[in-house]
Amino acid sequence: MAQAVPPRYKHWWLPDASSSYAGQIDDMFYLILWITLFVFFLVEGALIVFLWKYRYKNGRKAIYTHGNNTLEITWTAIPAVILVFLAVFSNSLWSEIRDPNKFPKNAPAIQIKPRQFEWDITYPGPDKKFGTADDIQTINQLFLVVNQPVQIKLEGQDVIHSFFVPEFRIKQDAVPGMPTAVWIKPIKEAQYEIACAELCGLGHYRMKGTVSIISQDSMDRWVKSQAPAPAAAPAINLTP
Amino acid sequence: MATLVAPAIVRKKPTKPGAHDAHGHHELSFVQKYIFSQDHKRIGIQFMFSSLFFLLVGGGLAMIVRLELGWPGHAFKFLSFLPSTMVAGGVILPEFYNSAFTMHATFMIFFAVMPFLMGTFANFLIPLHIGAPDMAFPKINMLSFWFALVAGIIMFSSFFVKGGAAGGGWTNYPPLSDLSELSGVNVGQNLWIISLLISGVASLMGAVNYITTVVNMRCPGMSFFRMPLAIWAIFVTAILLLLAIPVLTSALVLLLFDRTVHTSFFIPSTILVAGQPLVGRSGGGQVLLWQHLFWFFGHPEVYIMILPAMGIASDILATFARKPIFGYKAMVFSICGIAVLGFFVWGHHMFQSGMNPLLGTTFMISTMLIAVPSAIKTFNWLGTLYGGNFKFTTAFLFAVGFVAMFVIGGLSGIFMASTPVDIFIHDTYFIVGHIHYVLFGGSIFAIFAGVYYWFPKMFGRMLNETLGKIHFWLVFLTFNGVFFPMHILGIGGMMRRIYDYTQYPHLSHFQGLNAFMSVCAFILGASTLLFLFNLFWSMFKGKPSGMNPWHANTLEWTLPSPPVHGNFSETPHVFRGPYEYSVPGHTEDYWPQNEPPEGWLERAQQMKATATHG
Amino acid sequence: MPDCALANLLKPLEAMIIHPSLRQLGYMLSLTLVVGLVGCGKKDSDEEDDSGGKSDAAATVATVDMTNGATIVGTVKLDGAAPVAKVINMGGDAYCGAAHKTSPVSDDHWVNNGGALVNAFVYVKDGLGGKTYAAPATAITLAQKGCTYEPHVFGIMVGQTMKVENDDQTLHNVHSVSAANESFNEGQPPGTPAKEHKMTKQEVMIPIKCDVHGWMNSYAGVLPHPFFAVTGADGKYEIKGVPAGDYTIECWHESTKSDAAGVTQDQKVTVAAKDSKTVDFTLKAQ
Repeated sequence: MAQAVPPRYKHWWLPDASSSYAGQIDDMFYLILWITLFVFFLVEGALIVFLWKYRYKNGRKAIYTHGNNTLEITWTAIPAVILVFLAVFSNSLWSEIRDPNKFPKNAPAIQIKPRQFEWDITYPGPDKKFGTADDIQTINQLFLVVNQPVQIKLEGQDVIHSFFVPEFRIKQDAVPGMPTAVWIKPIKEAQYEIACAELCGLGHYRMKGTVSIISQDSMDRWVKSQAPAPAAAPAINLTP
Repeated sequence: MATLVAPAIVRKKPTKPGAHDAHGHHELSFVQKYIFSQDHKRIGIQFMFSSLFFLLVGGGLAMIVRLELGWPGHAFKFLSFLPSTMVAGGVILPEFYNSAFTMHATFMIFFAVMPFLMGTFANFLIPLHIGAPDMAFPKINMLSFWFALVAGIIMFSSFFVKGGAAGGGWTNYPPLSDLSELSGVNVGQNLWIISLLISGVASLMGAVNYITTVVNMRCPGMSFFRMPLAIWAIFVTAILLLLAIPVLTSALVLLLFDRTVHTSFFIPSTILVAGQPLVGRSGGGQVLLWQHLFWFFGHPEVYIMILPAMGIASDILATFARKPIFGYKAMVFSICGIAVLGFFVWGHHMFQSGMNPLLGTTFMISTMLIAVPSAIKTFNWLGTLYGGNFKFTTAFLFAVGFVAMFVIGGLSGIFMASTPVDIFIHDTYFIVGHIHYVLFGGSIFAIFAGVYYWFPKMFGRMLNETLGKIHFWLVFLTFNGVFFPMHILGIGGMMRRIYDYTQYPHLSHFQGLNAFMSVCAFILGASTLLFLFNLFWSMFKGKPSGMNPWHANTLEWTLPSPPVHGNFSETPHVFRGPYEYSVPGHTEDYWPQNEPPEGWLERAQQMKATATHG
Repeated sequence: MPDCALANLLKPLEAMIIHPSLRQLGYMLSLTLVVGLVGCGKKDSDEEDDSGGKSDAAATVATVDMTNGATIVGTVKLDGAAPVAKVINMGGDAYCGAAHKTSPVSDDHWVNNGGALVNAFVYVKDGLGGKTYAAPATAITLAQKGCTYEPHVFGIMVGQTMKVENDDQTLHNVHSVSAANESFNEGQPPGTPAKEHKMTKQEVMIPIKCDVHGWMNSYAGVLPHPFFAVTGADGKYEIKGVPAGDYTIECWHESTKSDAAGVTQDQKVTVAAKDSKTVDFTLKAQ
């Protein structure tokens, strides 16, 4: 059950904001939070005040009214304006993150093809092309270079999985038969968890990986260490 | 008023001569009266008991889910009576956990909340509220109940087949729900589909009946804008059902074909099962097709479950505030507005599904817009409460609780409507919190309010108010104890539908909070037993209620409790809207819809006399 | 839930579901209706089904005669260069990664000095004339230790109990992908008791795998008789108690393809009572 937890993970609110747009998403979140909190206190406050003020008193007659057009138009118009404003505001951020035309140019790509219940990750290797001999494959271990935008290509192998890194504020379903892509620019050297956010079967809860954000140097070293073994390697003798 | 000139008493032709004519009353056998009854009130009560049963089933499954979430992976020895395919050595297995939350939602949505609102209240209230002797099609009405019950039993039976019940979440996205090789669920998934197909037939039969009855069988003077809001909401919801259910049915049939005759509607060619290509399938299907079809039904479904609740709460608030509804027409138009817009927002469930991001914009705008009519309703409820003279009955407490909780559910929805914020909170516990504030804090609070309010009319006895108030406070406090922290979990990044979050280092410290929520959930579950006790005890031992215990205006309160078969001995005539409370100059603080205004009877008789002389 | 009458009632239904025929869909719908109505209240009657099935089978069960039976021994070898053994990176699961001091090597192609092939499954394929043998009461244990299966290849008799144990502090799921028998796919969180399964039909081989840890796989050969063996580290096997007769002996190895079909080789052998014959196999490296 409970494991020893690194202290930075103990949060009761939004986790670290570790991608270039995480801060902007948080700003949007807080904007909505303040607006909804205001409405919440307004409505619930009024409700409590009314409940107290107009509790039953013998002989008092309730106010007889069928409505008030001015008032009703006001409280239709104000929410409408606020909501349209939120929609417009949200949309510019949405298209910045998701519009394929606005993806960072020349960002290197990493292919993730999740399956029940693991993340199969492929790096193009030194030649920057997929499907060649120097491709590097890992399971559940993703390495990204700090401050460098990267494009993550997703496609499910069997069922729908969802690539979710809370600290990056990114979540994208990996759909079988329909490739999708997201981009991330990590801004901190750290290690986080990759979670599967779309129910994918009985091992769904265990379908986690780690993403390590490292420096360019460490990345180069790691790529070198992953170079394929020479073809004529001797068979390994095993004695069980 | 134009209706004043109508002839004094008009008898509408009974739909079936003799059968529903109170004068030609004939004795019904026990089976006709209590089992295969065609009386809308009896069918309504049948729906109530079946819904309560499935509410308990769904609630029991929720307890299993909460046990696991409160103490993940813990061995609960007292669960050892369950078979080893569900619980091994007291440990709830992940596949059973998946089935448990899937079936929890399925039972609650399709067999508890929906039939409670659109079976119990729709059946019981429509004819009584509009002054009709019964439904337009009593036999179809009876069939609707029996189809719904059979569907429920089939769904329940799926726990006992090999492979267990469906475990793909209530949305059952393919390919997980499509290929047994991937889910381990085989017959159970087919039963899930078949059960929902049958329950869809039941819903459609109900919907056709409600629409026909409301359009054709309103008594004289009952114009559309004199109908109580509950009837308006049920009427509009019935139209929603009629348009949404066929889409679900088509999706279910496609899925059933995929599963049984190996078509590939939802199976793409590239699919691999355990790394191997699938043999015997053509492929070429679209995974997202299901999501589009499902949510085209699924989002109106959410409104199917909240609109009648809004209507019921409106009626109860007006009665106990002793005030007319503030902005009645605005309320009606916002019901219609929600219903229409409800068909244009399904894509907001799919923002992160890989759907074209440009579509996200469209659905975000329509989703933001649908919040406006909900806001109108909320402010109008506040307007209704302003300046009232409240009687704090249990029904009123639940109705006020409904407003208070629905506000939270509505506001938390705005976070999801904003696409960038949704990237983060989608598929987290924030969503689970939101949906429960709408469907429990909303729909179920209104259902409780409705039961406390109309129980006297159903059984002629009052529910015990002291037990009722204890029930309310238990539900209100523990409900918030369970579901409010879910928002915090979601903001902390905890995914939904997760068996053991302590596997994730950044989530494991939520165990304490989850345990607290689980304890609240157990009390919440137990409080339902108190409610059931009150229900059954009061049915036999409750205080006799008399005709109109709440001094309410609508037509059912002018009838004996319970009303006889055929309802009205004489077709009522309606003179005013349903919410004429505290009318200045009127001696009573209520004014029943069918009470003739002063001098009306004399004038009508005079007119009759002139007509015959002329 | 196996101990419910409904499960039995639904068996014909399951068979229908496998058959791709539209017409049966209608039957299925109506049958489900009936079954649904009957409900699942009665749990008591289903035990009888099992015992009834057993007594029928008992009539034709043969016994192994160890004293008079023949012994077949042999060695399985690989001809040609052995493929490079794959190194498994278990770092994707912190528990599994920490369970091994050195990087574990995939056990799908063990070849020892001199080309001795480990984990080849050798069995009597033909010649017993449809005789069936009683399954032993002892169970075969399939352990999950350090995120590998132990054993990697094993034989089991029809009706014999297979006990699947999880010794690891991590979730495993046991997923059999069977053509003839019923497949199963069950989660086994840490600390849960062993799961038991029985195979009902002959099948060589049933792949068993863990979807959480993609590298974990095992193969079970299910036979209605006890005349099978798996080669050890020296590539040798021994089958005892074979009644006199003409037989086809098959050797199966998963090969580099790592699937249930694997590569096979058949040889004919005739044995008399108390005979001891050697049947060697040489599989070609691909």
